Amino acid sequence: MASQEIEKLAGALAQLPGLGPRSARRAVLWLVKHRGKALPQLLEALGAVQDRLVECEICGNVDTRNPCGICADPRRDAKSICVVEDVSDLWALDRARLFTGRYHVLGGKLSALEGVRPEDLAIDTLLGRVAPKDGEGGVDEVVLAMNATLEGQTTAHYIAERLEEFPVRITQLAHGLPVGGELDYLDEGTLAQALRARRPVG
Amino acid sequence: MALDRITLSRFRNHADTALDDTRRFNLLVGENGAGKTNVLEAISLLAPGRGLRRAALADLPSQSGGGGFTVGASLAQAEGEPVRLGTFVRADLPGRRKVRVNGAEASAASLGEWLAIGWLTPAMDRLFADSAGARRRFVDRMTLALEPGHARHAARYEGALRERNRLLGDEREPDPAWLDGIEVQLAEHGAELAQARLRTIARLSDALAAVPDEPFARPLLAIEPGGPADEAALATALREGRRADRRAGRTLTGPHRDELLVTMAGKSMPAAECSTGEQKAMLIAITLAHAELAAQGRPGLLLLDEVAAHLDPVRRAALFERLREGAAQVWLTGTEMTPFAEIAEEAAVWRVREGAVERV
Repeated sequence: MASQEIEKLAGALAQLPGLGPRSARRAVLWLVKHRGKALPQLLEALGAVQDRLVECEICGNVDTRNPCGICADPRRDAKSICVVEDVSDLWALDRARLFTGRYHVLGGKLSALEGVRPEDLAIDTLLGRVAPKDGEGGVDEVVLAMNATLEGQTTAHYIAERLEEFPVRITQLAHGLPVGGELDYLDEGTLAQALRARRPVG
Repeated sequence: MALDRITLSRFRNHADTALDDTRRFNLLVGENGAGKTNVLEAISLLAPGRGLRRAALADLPSQSGGGGFTVGASLAQAEGEPVRLGTFVRADLPGRRKVRVNGAEASAASLGEWLAIGWLTPAMDRLFADSAGARRRFVDRMTLALEPGHARHAARYEGALRERNRLLGDEREPDPAWLDGIEVQLAEHGAELAQARLRTIARLSDALAAVPDEPFARPLLAIEPGGPADEAALATALREGRRADRRAGRTLTGPHRDELLVTMAGKSMPAAECSTGEQKAMLIAITLAHAELAAQGRPGLLLLDEVAAHLDPVRRAALFERLREGAAQVWLTGTEMTPFAEIAEEAAVWRVREGAVERV
């Protein structure tokens, strides 16, 4: 039987996504074993995040600065905005380092069943960013990078419609063949989507 | 090409059952509760899915077996060695159905590459008297066997429908742009769903058209559409129906309101008003026609649970004649031999008693 403190730590870790009680106990044991070095490192990292973590008031990204590193980067194209559901999607896209514009995090997706309404998402701030200011065009292109789920696609359609009043190009991530994918192994839904989104060559 | 050397181990009431030297017609005879349908169910698990009872995995192992079971069979090939198919649940991993093909682990879906299994059970007898929803599920199951993409469209459509109904049922006036976003997907997947059902019914109708009206009751199939099957038309219907749908508290247009209409050819009588025997005959006709369509070059297997009971001798003879003409291996069950007298000579017959079989 572990002490109350150790149980408490295990309980807190068990809440983390992908962990659960068994993995949490394993992580605690590892920390106990490496308490000389790993524990202080973890403490320091956690403390720094707790002290300095902020949500970017422009795009909703989490960072230790506000505006975040991406919004503050002058090399990034401010006229191109990629809209994502969550911070995890932003990180996934930015890991690829392909998109040179900036981001906008909605903080979820529309879901009538779960009671997530347009006003619960950062949609008005997105419209504010896109709207032309003082005669100057705000944004040239909005890339909708929602997940290919029912709610994700509903949200994409919704935002596209709300953006219609602005002179902005609206694009959406393509759905279909994965890179290196073999047709023989793809499910029918993906194949159908790829066929639907086929395009001329050359 | 047919199944042979079928083994059931710790499956339902079968502790250790083997069926060898199978034939074109295979007959399981025994009292109620002897374990005849359990054999059919075991065979049905050599296809992807949950088998002919749609049972939970936990219900399949025998009560004394410790939580696991094994079903195996050999599938004869035109050339070379037969393929050994097996499916099992291990007692220490009760939630996982595993599949082996020639001893190597394979996916349940891969079973479908080897053979096509169709079945008819007494549970389906109520189909014509049942709800429209039950008949839609029946059409969807048949469609799924012909077009695997059907499941995805059905799931997406159901999800979008729930979203729309919730939004329309809200006290607040629903956001029109939000409704637009949902309806785009309802229209896309709803049109796919509706068109796939229509294709299935058209193909079945073509196949059934070749069957004579007599003596075996021939069903005429049609879909009474619950909404337009065209994507743009469905989108328009949904948009224009918003006010009425909000008053009704649900979506009144779309393939979720499709109805399968079945009438008996010759008599022009709705299936629900036909006699029990005529209904059974029509169900059999649909099942056989679908099995042939779904086989698509694969060896076919038909599991017919208690089919002879409701049929008069003339229709029974017609059924056996049709089964003889078809390509599928047939498995039949019954409580007594008499109805099967006509095929007794050519059939492999087992007497089933308390979870054990004995070749007659």
